Amino acid sequence: MDFIKEFFEFLKIRKKYWLLPIIFVLVIFGGLIILSQGSAIAPFIYTIF
Amino acid sequence: MTKILGISAFYHDSAAAIIIDGKIIAAAQEERFSRKKHDPKYPYNAIEFVLNFAKVKLSEIDHIVFFEKPFLKFERILETYVAMAPRGFLQFSKAMPSWLREKLFQKKMLFNLLKKNDINFNEISKISFSEHHLSHAASAFFPSPFEEAIVLTADGVGEWATTTVAVGKKNSLKIKKEIHFPHSLGLLYSAFTYYTGFKVNSGEYKLMGLAPYGDPKYIDLIQKNLIHIKDDGSFRLNQDYFNYTTGLSMTNKKFHNLFGQNPRDSKKDKITQFHMDIASSIQKVTEDIMIKICRSLRKEFNIPNLCLAGGVALNCVANGKILKEKIFENIWIQPAAGDAGGSLGAALAFWYLELNKDREVTNKDRMNGSYLGPSFGNEEIKNKLNNLGAKFEILEEDVLIEKTADDLSKGNAVGWFQGRMEFGPRALGGRSILGDPRSSIMQKNLNLKVKYRESFRPFAPSILRDNVNDWFELNEDSPYMLLVANIKKEKQKQMTEDEKKLFGIEKLNIKRSEIPAVTHVDYSARIQTVSSDTNKKYYDLIKKFKDKTNCPVIVNTSFNVRGEPIVNTPEDAFNCFMGTELDNLVIGNCYLIKKYQNPALKKDYTKNFELD
Repeated sequence: MDFIKEFFEFLKIRKKYWLLPIIFVLVIFGGLIILSQGSAIAPFIYTIF
Repeated sequence: MTKILGISAFYHDSAAAIIIDGKIIAAAQEERFSRKKHDPKYPYNAIEFVLNFAKVKLSEIDHIVFFEKPFLKFERILETYVAMAPRGFLQFSKAMPSWLREKLFQKKMLFNLLKKNDINFNEISKISFSEHHLSHAASAFFPSPFEEAIVLTADGVGEWATTTVAVGKKNSLKIKKEIHFPHSLGLLYSAFTYYTGFKVNSGEYKLMGLAPYGDPKYIDLIQKNLIHIKDDGSFRLNQDYFNYTTGLSMTNKKFHNLFGQNPRDSKKDKITQFHMDIASSIQKVTEDIMIKICRSLRKEFNIPNLCLAGGVALNCVANGKILKEKIFENIWIQPAAGDAGGSLGAALAFWYLELNKDREVTNKDRMNGSYLGPSFGNEEIKNKLNNLGAKFEILEEDVLIEKTADDLSKGNAVGWFQGRMEFGPRALGGRSILGDPRSSIMQKNLNLKVKYRESFRPFAPSILRDNVNDWFELNEDSPYMLLVANIKKEKQKQMTEDEKKLFGIEKLNIKRSEIPAVTHVDYSARIQTVSSDTNKKYYDLIKKFKDKTNCPVIVNTSFNVRGEPIVNTPEDAFNCFMGTELDNLVIGNCYLIKKYQNPALKKDYTKNFELD
C-alpha cells in the first residue's frame, strides 16, 4: 500500500500521469509472466492466449 | 550522535559507508569481500564491515540513504522506450522483469535485505533515497578542503542526468544545470571502450592507457558525426550512431562503417595501431570537452575552486590537463569518484542538506587519505599466516622498512599490505605491489609475470610530496593518484631518430627516462604524492628507498592480478603472493620471502578470476 501511495506521489510531483496506462499494462503482463513461471496456474494462463 | 549509513548497489561497484555526526568513519566496496570485481549485489559484507568498525548495530543507525532514486530511473527507462518504440523491444523485454519484480520496490527490497544484517532492524521509515548525481556531487564537495567550489560530476548515466554542475557553499550544495540522457560523456567514452574490444564499465582505464600510443587522427570524424560540442562545452550525441538506448550493444553498424572496422573481438583480434589511434582521438575529444566546460564555468561563476566526481573524474589524464590549463586555482577530486563513492555522498548529502548541519572547513580534506577500509593487527596477521602455513619473520618497523627498501632497490617485486584498505579503485600504499621505477624491465615484468595483464598498461609512481616538483611538471598534492603530469625534461631521455620511427607498443621497450617503469610513452605519469601525515609507514619506506638510491619514487600498482579485486585480507594477500611471481610480501610487521615458502602452497591463481 505504501508503495502505491509513494508511486502516486512521485507521478504527481513529476507530473507524469501519462505513464500510468503504460505501467498498468506492464504490471498486468509482468504479473502474468511471473505467475506463469512454474506456478500451478501456468497452464491456464497459456490457454487464455 | 547521529549515525548515517550510505549504500550504493544494484548497478556496479556496490559499497557502504558510515558517517557519525558528519565524520567519515568507514567505507568499503563489496567486491573486496565477495572477490567479484565490480560486484553489483547488495553490499552485505561491506555493511557488516562498516557497522563493526563503527561498533554500532544496524538497528541503532538513525538514517539509511540509498545513492539514487529508483522511481526516477524507472521513469527514464520507460520514457526512453516509449520514445524509441518499436525499436528497443529486446532490451525492454530484458530490463522490465527485474524492474517489475524487485527494482521498482527497492525500499521494501532494501528493508528485507537489511534485515539480514540485523534481524532487529524494523524501521523502514529510516530508509531514504538521494539522487545519483547529487550523491556524486556531495562526495566531491563535502569532504573537500574548500568553503566554496564549483562541483562538476560526469558519468555514464544516473537517473536522467549524465553531467551536472553544482555550486557548493559551506553546508549547501545546489545543482545549477544538468545534461540529460542519452547525451553522455561517460557513455561516449564507454562506446569507444566497447568498440576497441574492452569491457564497458571497467576497460575505460585501458582505453586511456592505450591513447598515448596512437595519433588522434579521428578527432574531426568524431566531432563532425558523433557529437556536437557547443562553446560552453555542453554537447549532444548523434543517436544515429549509437545503440545503447535501444539495443544490447553500445554502437551500431553506422558507427562501425564510419571508422571502417567492426568492433574488436578481444578473444581473437589483436590491438592494432588503428585501435590506438581511436583511443587517442576519443581521449582528446573528452579532454577538450572537459576543458571547455571548466573554462565556461570559471567565467560564469567566478569561483576559484573545482571539485570533481563521477566515473569521468577517474580519467586522470583529463584531470591533469584541466590542472595544467590553470583554469581553477585549486582542484579536489573524490578518490572514490565512481558509483562506490555514491554511498559516501548519499550519507553526506543527508547530513548536510536534509539535517542542515554546519560544515567545518580545514585546509586538509576529510577523507583520511582514503584509508577507510578494514585493517588487521599484527597478532591477527601472525595467526592468519601461521594458519596458512606461511614462513615469515616478525621485524621491528625500522628493520622492516630497511629490508623492504633494500629488496626494492635490488629489483624485487614486493607485495605491501599495511593499515586500512583504500576506498576507491586506486591502491595508495595500503594494498599495493611495489617495484623499482629505475629498472627498464620492471613495467614488462610486473605486467606479464605478476599482474598477468596487457604489456601496454602503464604503472604509476608514488613520490615523496617534497620531491614531486623535482621529478614531474607538478607542484600540487595528488594524494589519490588522480592527476597525470609529465616527467621533468631533465629526467627524460630523448628518443633517437630510429626509436622515433617505432610505432605503438614497440615504443614500450625504449628507456624513456630515469624512471622508465613509470614513464608512459608520451612521458606522462599518473602521480601519487605521499606525505607523512596520511601514511607514515609508506612515506618512511619511500624515504629509505631514496636514501639508498637517490630516487624518491617507487612503482605503485594495486595488489591484485588482472580481473581480481584488490586484496582485502592477509589470506587474499598470501594467495596472490603465492599465485604470482612476487618476490616478497610485507604484511603489517611480518616479512615473507618467496623462496622460503612451501612450493606446495603455490596455486594456479589466475584461473580464479575472469579476465576484465
